[in-house]
Amino acid sequence: MHLARRHHSSAAEELEVIAPSKLAIENVSKRFKGASGSVLALDHVSLNVAEGEFVCLVGASGCGKSTLLNIIAGLEKPDGGTVLTDGKPVTGPGRERLVMFQEPALFPWLNVFGNVLFPLKLKPNLTNKDRRDVAKYYLELVGLSRFERANIHELSGGMKQRVSLARALAPNPRVLLMDEPFAALDALTREQLYGDIQEIWKARRKTIVFVTHNVREAACLGDRVLVFSPHPGRIREEFAVDLPRPRDINSVDLAVHATEITKALKSFGQPELAAVQ
Amino acid sequence: MKRFLLAALFFAVLLLIWEALYRAKIWSPVLLPSPQQVALYLEGAVVDGTLAKATVITMRRLLIGYLIGLVVGLPLGLLTARWKLFGDTVGTMALGLQTLPSVCWVPLALLWFGQTEAAMLFVVVMGTLWSVVIATETGVRNVPPIYRRAALTMGSKCLHMWFKVILPASLPFIVSGMKQGWAFAWRSLMAAEIFVTILTGFGLGQLLHYGRELSAMEQVIGIMIVIVVIGLLADKIFFSPIERFLHRRWGTSQA
Repeated sequence: MHLARRHHSSAAEELEVIAPSKLAIENVSKRFKGASGSVLALDHVSLNVAEGEFVCLVGASGCGKSTLLNIIAGLEKPDGGTVLTDGKPVTGPGRERLVMFQEPALFPWLNVFGNVLFPLKLKPNLTNKDRRDVAKYYLELVGLSRFERANIHELSGGMKQRVSLARALAPNPRVLLMDEPFAALDALTREQLYGDIQEIWKARRKTIVFVTHNVREAACLGDRVLVFSPHPGRIREEFAVDLPRPRDINSVDLAVHATEITKALKSFGQPELAAVQ
Repeated sequence: MKRFLLAALFFAVLLLIWEALYRAKIWSPVLLPSPQQVALYLEGAVVDGTLAKATVITMRRLLIGYLIGLVVGLPLGLLTARWKLFGDTVGTMALGLQTLPSVCWVPLALLWFGQTEAAMLFVVVMGTLWSVVIATETGVRNVPPIYRRAALTMGSKCLHMWFKVILPASLPFIVSGMKQGWAFAWRSLMAAEIFVTILTGFGLGQLLHYGRELSAMEQVIGIMIVIVVIGLLADKIFFSPIERFLHRRWGTSQA
């Protein structure tokens, strides 16, 4: 990293591209008990994600894909089964697996810079100058250097998600878990972010698990697209997307893949999904 | 500047109306002194030092009591929000006692502590404490769960979570509770000082009381003006800047 080399050695170390993790999800089940009875959100789901792979999970709302993401993040415990990162079981949240949520979840009492600095302050063995350099680097990476003093409410939805992305990248996690991060954005902003996220993924090498209900989005970003079906939540089909990168969401080749995936989704009987496309 | 001039004009008109009423002699001058008489009293009280002394005594009682209320109330509010057992017990008690006008503590304070500074402090603390407890609890309960989850994934735990996430996230609620606590403390202290003479110090409330005893209306009105000004200053110097900061950060409107 040319930017890293100019800085203090420890900040440079912090900014080094580290090896992404390998994820192994084995027989994970999760049941929720609610007022209307219990729902089997995940039924013996198994999934392997290779180091540096970009995997997209698609499915209708309520099919358990977000639950799986939360379990990988360590925010929820499975009723059965295990999640391993690089062979070690996940027992709780940890900053080698960071989450980007649908709502930006940025802290309104901190400005943009303070938000990106937040996870870095939780990392030991760094000087404050290192932390600031690292935060600056990631704000530049997402194109928001000019807004480091801005308050969160002053940003547009797309800018907020960029800050979220910078905050998630800042502690240099090996895995990035993204839970419909672009669902609330307008189409133009989203298209811009598809480009950015592919570039950043190439530059920073992360294992990414990306949850979405948008099939085109999944086909545009993923190396693999896994199709979920609800009640009970299961992985029903898997598609490899071998298009060259960077991919354009509007390309015809991509549409062909998306059509194929949509067909599979529809075959599991989710009429509301047709409307999304 | 224009705003300042308009405000100055407003208060000048108020003074003129007062003076006009005085000159119309509708009420006896004993009941309604002229602005000039009140100004003369205030000048005398400033020169002989009674006003400064009384203000210092009152503010000392208020500030010490208020600080104790904050220092006890904040952690109590956090505990109340965090543990059901505290919520059911201390939380319910705080809610009940908060509805009790704090001047109602005066008789009890007098019997317990006698005519001492402790009685005064007790009343102020009771005025502050419950508002702060309730506001802190409400604030913590209103922190969106997503903040906690996001912080958890970034490695925030226990004390860090409390001090760097939950407390700042509940700040808007806590500050409005602090403001309410301040208002309650100020009111109850004035009531207590008017009620009770404490030989260790004559506060503003006592000056007000003796103004009435001596039928010195210019003293009564003069001290009332001082009390209003202190209230205004506390708001403008202490609370307004904090509120402005919160509005700017959170993007809530100030209008």
